[in-house]
Amino acid sequence: MNSISKIQKELVEEFSFFEDWMQRYEHMIDLGKSLPLIKEKYKTDDNIIKGCQSKVWMHAELEETKLIFTADSDAIITKGIIAILIRVFSKQHPDEILNADTKFIDQIGLKEHLSPTRANGLVSMIKQIKMYALAYKTQIN
Amino acid sequence: MDIEKIRKDFPILSRKIKGNDLIYFDNAATSQTPIQVINKISEYYSKYNSNIHRGVHFLSQEATSEYELVREKIKNHFNIAKKKEVIFTSGTTHGINLIASGYSNILQKGDEIIVSNLEHHSNIVPLQMLAEKTSSILKVIPMNLSGDLDLKAYKKLLNNKTKLVFVNHVSNSLGTINPIKEIIKEAHIHDAKVLIDGAQSAPHFKTDLIDLNADFYVTSAHKLCGPTGIGFLYGKEVLLNELPPYQGGGEMISEVTFEKTSYADLPHKFEAGTPNISGVIAFGAALDYLNGIGLKEIENYENELLKYATRKLKEVKGLRIFGEAKNKISVISFNIESIHPYDLGSILDKMGIAVRTGQHCAQPVMDFYQIPGTVRVSFSFYNTKKEIDFLILAINKAIKMLS
Ligand SMILES: Cc1ncc(COP(=O)(O)O)c(C=O)c1O
Repeated sequence: MNSISKIQKELVEEFSFFEDWMQRYEHMIDLGKSLPLIKEKYKTDDNIIKGCQSKVWMHAELEETKLIFTADSDAIITKGIIAILIRVFSKQHPDEILNADTKFIDQIGLKEHLSPTRANGLVSMIKQIKMYALAYKTQIN
Repeated sequence: MDIEKIRKDFPILSRKIKGNDLIYFDNAATSQTPIQVINKISEYYSKYNSNIHRGVHFLSQEATSEYELVREKIKNHFNIAKKKEVIFTSGTTHGINLIASGYSNILQKGDEIIVSNLEHHSNIVPLQMLAEKTSSILKVIPMNLSGDLDLKAYKKLLNNKTKLVFVNHVSNSLGTINPIKEIIKEAHIHDAKVLIDGAQSAPHFKTDLIDLNADFYVTSAHKLCGPTGIGFLYGKEVLLNELPPYQGGGEMISEVTFEKTSYADLPHKFEAGTPNISGVIAFGAALDYLNGIGLKEIENYENELLKYATRKLKEVKGLRIFGEAKNKISVISFNIESIHPYDLGSILDKMGIAVRTGQHCAQPVMDFYQIPGTVRVSFSFYNTKKEIDFLILAINKAIKMLS
C-alpha cells in the first residue's frame, strides 16, 4: 500500500470513531487549526480557488521530488477540509497524487454532510491539487 | 392568532432534520407552503387540469374561471385599479426583465435609470443590460450605515433625463422598509416611471398600489406561501400599452397571418404560451390563506418576533447586526466577530436550523459594509419565540466550537 492510500485509510478510521456529525465537525475544526499555513506573500488573488463561499488560498512547492502544499481560508470548517486534503496529498510525489483516487472522501461521508457549495469547493480543491501535480511532474522529469 | 394551530397547516414544519426539529428561518428566500395551497395544486390536477382560454369544453371553462378569479383576487388584495393590469409572470425576476426589456425600445442615449444600493441582483442586472443596450446611464441611490437609503442624495440624482427608477419596497439582505411612497412621488415630479420590487414586502404587510401610485410592481408567490415559478407584474394600463410584447406565441395575439400579426389586448399581450395554471390557482389559495389570518395580525406578530430576536441576538458576545433601520421587517443579518458566516451557518444547519449565509444576491450591500457576507435569519408568522431561544442556544454552542 502506498502512503497516500495508507493515510486515506487512517482518516476513514479516524472519522468512523465519531458518533455524530457534530463531533465530526469538531474534529474537522481541530484539524483546521493544524493546517500548514500558506506564506502571506502567496495569499494573492491568483492563488484563490474558485467555487467556495469562503476564500481558499493554496500554494504548492517542490522539495526534491515531493510536492508540499500550504493553504489558508477565512472559514474554519473550510480550513479543516483543506487540512484533510493536505494530510493526504502533501509530501507526495506528483505521480502518486495524479494516480490517487478520492474514494476516501465518500467513505468519510464528507461530501454528503457538506452543503452543496462546500462540496463544490472540495471538488475544486482536489482539481487544483491535481493540477499542481501535473505542472510539477514535468519539472521533475 | 393561534400559532400552534397555524403551524399544523404546514406539513414541512413537523420534519426532523438530523434528529432535530426543523427550525425554518430562511423565509426571505422562500416561505413554506400550507396544506390548503398544496391541496389546491392537487385539486387542479385531479379535477380540472386543462388548457385555459381556448377550450369549448367544460374543464377548460372551469380552469379558465379559476385562473381568472385569481387575477381578481390579486387586484383586490393589492388594490389595483383594473384586472387587466395584472400580468402573470414566473416571478419577480421575470417581471423586472419584462419591463426592462420593454424599455429598451423607448430609452435613448443619455437617458438615466436609477436603482438603489440595497437591490437584489435581480433588480440590478436587467437594468445594466438595459443601460448597455440603450447607452443610457445607471445611477445608484446610496445607503447609510443603518441600512437606510439616502433620500437627499436620491433627490439630487433625479433630473429631466431620469426615465426609470427601480427600487425594492423591502431590502432582502437587511430588511429595511424603503419609503417608496416618497420615492415614487419625487420620481413623478420628473416624469420618471417607478418599478417597485415587492418580493420581500408583499409577505409581511398590506400593499396598496393605488395609494402608492407605483407605475409597475412585481412580486413572487413563493415568498407568500404560494408555489414557486409564479408571480405577477402590475403595470398602469397606459404604460403597459406603450411597451412591446416580451415573448411571442399563442395566447398573446388577436390575429396572425404571415404578413402581419396583431397583438391581443392586456393582459394577454404579455402572457404568451400556456401559463403556469396550477401555480396561478394555488397562488390564489395562498392569498386566501394569508387573508384568512389577516396581514395586520401577521405584521404585528412578526414585529414582535423581530424585536424579541434583535434583543436576544444583541446579548450574544461579539455579534453585530447589519441593518438597523427604524422601519424594517423580520429579517436580521448579522456576523459574529472572527467567525465566518458560512461556518456559523453550517453548524446551525447541523442543529436543524435553516438560515441563509453569504451575500444574499446583494453584493453591493456587502461591499458597502466591506464584509464577505452575513448570516441572515428571517422570520415568518409561523415561527415562535421558542425557536428563537433555540437559535440563541445554537449560536452560543457554535461560537464555542468555532473559536
Ligand atoms: C428583493 C428581491 N427581489 C427579487 C427577488 C427574486 O425573486 P425570484 O427569484 O422569485 O424571481 C428576490 C428573491 O430572493 C428578492 O428578495
